[in-house]
Amino acid sequence: MRRAHVLLFLAWVSILFYSGIWIFTSGFLLMRIELNNQSSCSDLPNSSPQGPLQQHPGACWLPRRFDKAVIIIIDALKYDFAKYEPGVADPKLYQNKLPVIHQLTQSQPRNALLYPFRADPPTTTMQRIKGMTTGSLPTFVDVGSNFASYAIQEDNLIHQLVENGRRVVFMGDDTWNGLFPKKFYKSYFYPSFNVKDLHTVDNGILQHLYPTMDSGDWDVIIAHFLGVDHCGHKHGPDHPETANKLTQMNQVISSLVEHLDDKTLLLVAGDHGMTDTGDHGGDSEKEVMAALFLYSKSPLFSHELIKEPGPVPQVDLVPTLSLLLGLPIPYSNLGAIMPDLFSWPEKESRVSAALTQASAFHINALQLDRFLHSYSLAAGDLPPDKLRDLKELFSSLTSEYEQLMSEWSQGSGTESEYETRLQHHIHQVQLYLVQARAMCMESWARFHPLRMITGCAILAASCLLCYLAAEAGMALDLSSKFLLTYPLFGVLGAGALLTFGKWLSLIEWDSLSLWPLVIAASQLTFFYSFWKQKQLPVRLRLRRISLLFSGPCLILIFRCGALFSDSFVVAEGHVAPFLLMSLLILTVSKLHWDGRLIIPTLSPLGGDSMKLTLSAGYRKDGPLLLLLLGALTLCVRLSGIFHNCREETPDCHPSVFISPLSNVKDPQLKNLSYLGCVVCLVAIVYLVRKWLQHYGNLNSSSALVLYIRWGFPLIAVSISCYWALSAGTEDSLARLRDLTQLALVAFPRAVYSLAVLGFVFLLWNPVTVFMKRTQDSDADNTVTTYGGAPGSQAELLHVIPQIYRKMQRTIKSRLHHGTDEEEEKKGAAIEAYGLGSVYSAAMIVVLFLLTLVLLLLHSERITPAFLILLLEAFVILHIHSHVQNLYCAPDSSGQFSVPWYAVIAWALAGTQWFYSTGHQPVFPAIHWNSAFVGFQEGHENNIIPAVLVAANTFSAHILFSAGSSLLLFWPFLCETPSKKKRGKKETEEAPLMEMRLRENPDKFSGALLQLGTKYLFIQGVQLLSCVCAAMILRRHLMVWKVFAPKFLFEAVGFTVSSVFLFLGIVLVLRVDNAVMSWFKSLILQQQR
Amino acid sequence: MDETELRRMSTGHVFCVIAVVLSIYIPTLFLDDFSFLGTHLSWLCICSLCVIIVHILFLLTLKPNASSKKSSLANKFNKLTKSCIYFLISCFLFHGIIVLYGAPLVESVAETFLFAVLLSSFTTSRCLCLLGPNFPAWVRVFSKDGALSVWDHSLQITTVCSVVGAWLGAFPIPLDWDRPWQVWPISCSLGATIGYVVGLLIAPLWIYWNRKRLTYKSR
Ligand SMILES: [Zn+2]
Ligand SMILES: [Zn+2]
Repeated sequence: MRRAHVLLFLAWVSILFYSGIWIFTSGFLLMRIELNNQSSCSDLPNSSPQGPLQQHPGACWLPRRFDKAVIIIIDALKYDFAKYEPGVADPKLYQNKLPVIHQLTQSQPRNALLYPFRADPPTTTMQRIKGMTTGSLPTFVDVGSNFASYAIQEDNLIHQLVENGRRVVFMGDDTWNGLFPKKFYKSYFYPSFNVKDLHTVDNGILQHLYPTMDSGDWDVIIAHFLGVDHCGHKHGPDHPETANKLTQMNQVISSLVEHLDDKTLLLVAGDHGMTDTGDHGGDSEKEVMAALFLYSKSPLFSHELIKEPGPVPQVDLVPTLSLLLGLPIPYSNLGAIMPDLFSWPEKESRVSAALTQASAFHINALQLDRFLHSYSLAAGDLPPDKLRDLKELFSSLTSEYEQLMSEWSQGSGTESEYETRLQHHIHQVQLYLVQARAMCMESWARFHPLRMITGCAILAASCLLCYLAAEAGMALDLSSKFLLTYPLFGVLGAGALLTFGKWLSLIEWDSLSLWPLVIAASQLTFFYSFWKQKQLPVRLRLRRISLLFSGPCLILIFRCGALFSDSFVVAEGHVAPFLLMSLLILTVSKLHWDGRLIIPTLSPLGGDSMKLTLSAGYRKDGPLLLLLLGALTLCVRLSGIFHNCREETPDCHPSVFISPLSNVKDPQLKNLSYLGCVVCLVAIVYLVRKWLQHYGNLNSSSALVLYIRWGFPLIAVSISCYWALSAGTEDSLARLRDLTQLALVAFPRAVYSLAVLGFVFLLWNPVTVFMKRTQDSDADNTVTTYGGAPGSQAELLHVIPQIYRKMQRTIKSRLHHGTDEEEEKKGAAIEAYGLGSVYSAAMIVVLFLLTLVLLLLHSERITPAFLILLLEAFVILHIHSHVQNLYCAPDSSGQFSVPWYAVIAWALAGTQWFYSTGHQPVFPAIHWNSAFVGFQEGHENNIIPAVLVAANTFSAHILFSAGSSLLLFWPFLCETPSKKKRGKKETEEAPLMEMRLRENPDKFSGALLQLGTKYLFIQGVQLLSCVCAAMILRRHLMVWKVFAPKFLFEAVGFTVSSVFLFLGIVLVLRVDNAVMSWFKSLILQQQR
Repeated sequence: MDETELRRMSTGHVFCVIAVVLSIYIPTLFLDDFSFLGTHLSWLCICSLCVIIVHILFLLTLKPNASSKKSSLANKFNKLTKSCIYFLISCFLFHGIIVLYGAPLVESVAETFLFAVLLSSFTTSRCLCLLGPNFPAWVRVFSKDGALSVWDHSLQITTVCSVVGAWLGAFPIPLDWDRPWQVWPISCSLGATIGYVVGLLIAPLWIYWNRKRLTYKSR
């Protein structure tokens, strides 16, 4: 069974790719579950603060120390900027530009202190704001309840402030608007996107900062300055502009100090640092080390502290600020309080200060333990043994704390001894908090370079493997020995390694380090045996460097290179069609250049005759190809109407066609749009039926043909009814509402079930061939029987072409006699009533069913896009088949190999239509409402909505990869009648069309394998460049906004593509099987 | 291989290059505030005009396709009108292709059209001057074995270089560098011009390099 080998090989290659994606993702994509729990003043169990703090009635978890706070965030304020070092011989331009901090710490050591402020990677502004407000370690994907917006769902400082009735005024970076929509009492947002603009945000803040402070209408002011960061990105830190900006910030701080009162805390912090080139995002020391400056008019510290304290983790700010301002600590906080700030009330003894610290730490530990407990229930990514240890530590600490408190109330023991015990306890709690945070950090916030590189290497090796298999093509040995060994070897290797690992239990083998070994082993065996195969054309071709500069290859290089630039990723919706058009125009030009469009004339003069015969000898394919190219460019250009926008392109307006019809206010426009959509839908149905009719696949009386005749229009009617209802839901009368609700569910479900029915019919009997038996027997019509065993494979091969030709002759002769007028009219049905297009017909039916279902998932007004998509695919296929037929004769083996340019064009068209069906590779652009088509009330589980949303998002991938086998069939379909036997016999031989595939089953399997590997190679190379871009540029400003989402979409898109490619090939093989059995039964009938 | 023909062609090419270079500098003498970036539209006009004039001078002085038989005045007039029509058609065709390639449809029509004119003057006007309004001859020249003289080869090379230059010129447009030359159609016209100049310069070199291989059977 050659076919099983083909399928198995493709599945194995896909699994190689999936493994690469998985391993890379595990190293690159930091993931975490968001909890929605909120802290509140009343919910902390058994923690009434003891000691001197008892006399504050109505306090929250801890009595508040400051009534107000001014939080100044200076983006990218690294510690080196704030640290004052007058002794440096050759100061950098950015050094010593914030002298006010130094003056305050010197003159008022108990009121001011500068800390190094250690940010957690990823050091991007949005992640840092999240970290500084939730106290957690945000990763790229915080799996929360809502993907569609960036708003923080977790409990956070702003939320707690608002909940407890504080007035929060915000000014500056508008990232905060997205993160905390409608939370602020007053807000002044300024756009943060333009990195080149150094002053808009800062000047905007300064306009409002002092008036707001003096008005007194606030409790907390947050101001986020962006100038320093933008200076860094634009010029780098060591630049006069940065120095100017820092001097401006110095002024801001000193005038702020003048505006402060006694009960206000001033906090100046950087959200992250920057590298020497001014970038940030990664985890290097320079990016991570920010500055934190605290100041208050009333003394902050009980005694003078050391001048250069150790670094403070950024998350520590959250519990510290919460407790200082008298708020509950946000639920998901991982930080520990800063002990220096909790040594109060300072008028009493040192013990009272220590008691305050102990209480604060105890509250902190309680909160963290509660979070760890809830988190471990929700997700399994924290190591259980460490969790257990921490739990034990916590319970022992709690009992120690309770004992200490009871001793205090009893008043036993000396004060100094008691204080040392308290200090020891505090130290233990600090250790506990640090350990817990380290554990979370370990599993959430660290890139694994080794895993990333391994994933990349596996992907690269898989691409190479695909390339080799594709280039070897027909020469590739399809025997079981060759194709089956690797998957088998993989499985065996996995088993062996697993047992070995179990036996060698010293080393901890987890699946993530074991699996790459298995994959690599099975890949290496492939490469080895491939190299051992003799007479492969690949070896020669590999050495030809000039191949790199051929048109398709250059286009592919451009395509992959574009994925490394954020601007080009943002503009990919325009890049892909540009390249697609260029590729096809180039191909057609090359066809002309090679002289394939000129009918060769045999003349002894050689080149000279060309000039003479030129005008007469130009093939009619030339103008036709030009016409097709025109149609293609028109389709491509029209597809641009349906583009969606992403936030990086502020001038862009999303296409009106993306919003659902129910959003249209004007009733006349609504009706018109509805009509337009229905017309497009009808056009799709009509065109597909017309195609099937043209090739004679609508004449048989099988279930599938009946389904095509009646089921298609029924689906179209259901879809248009659904549209009509969903567009006018709001207008419907109250008593009809129940009915419309029911119908809104019923119609989509009817479409789903009809589509499923169609697939079942198709799989049951995909042969749409109509046989008309005639009684007349000519000598010409007898089929020479095969001498071998009847019904065997060899006989089939011998007899099928003869039967096929005979059938065509009968039809033709009857046509020539012209007895039946109706037959005459169906001139197009000559092709043996659809036998020549039996493969494509099944493919077309499948694609059409998929299109209808995907159409339903999109907004109504995207329908024209799907119509254009089908037309464009049709045009590409036609161009491809013309080019293919002009390059090689229909019966040559070259026909069986789909050239690279066609596969690249097909993949590019897939990418183009991803954008032109209103999608963008960013999370806010996902069409979430498609999850509720047919499920108005929501879902019980997550599988159906995930499938629906994925189908909506990757509809172009689905259609183009499922239909990729059409690239193989179409040239056969467009085969022109060959006129070789001219002369004595005037009969021109009828084209065999797709029966040529049936003639050579081995070549057919090889061709399918080659097509599959080529398609996987193209998709795999794109994926590989996305992966490399994300890995190499993980420090880039845009990594979390552009590259990481692009990588995710590309990875999921690849998975969807490969699955549907596989399913498409399975379907082709099913049709092949059915055709074979059809012929078998035919032969049996003939022999009777 | 005709050495003198090659030499004549090279001088012609040098004049073309000079025309392009002068189109940037000469207008500053007559026009105030003329600059390549600032008043790009007028540069496009001037450059196209210069190139067309040089091509026509080319035709008159060097006579690359001097036909042996004398043609009548009416015939010449006929040819001239035909050439003008061809040139106009090519401008509109280029405009259409550029728009289909993604140029804005409604905004900056003038820019797009003048860019199309520039491209036409680099390619079509040269074809018209060298081959005349003889479409089958064009089709012949742009195929693998179609070049029958050094002129045909230089035509192939400059035309392909201009178009490829314009195509490559579209690449920097999406980049977020905010440079003045990234504005449509400056980068493309710049690319086309550079391509044209490069084509003019490499064509004689390429022909000289391959002079052994190139044998023109008939003229
Ligand atoms: Zn930042
Ligand atoms: Zn930044």
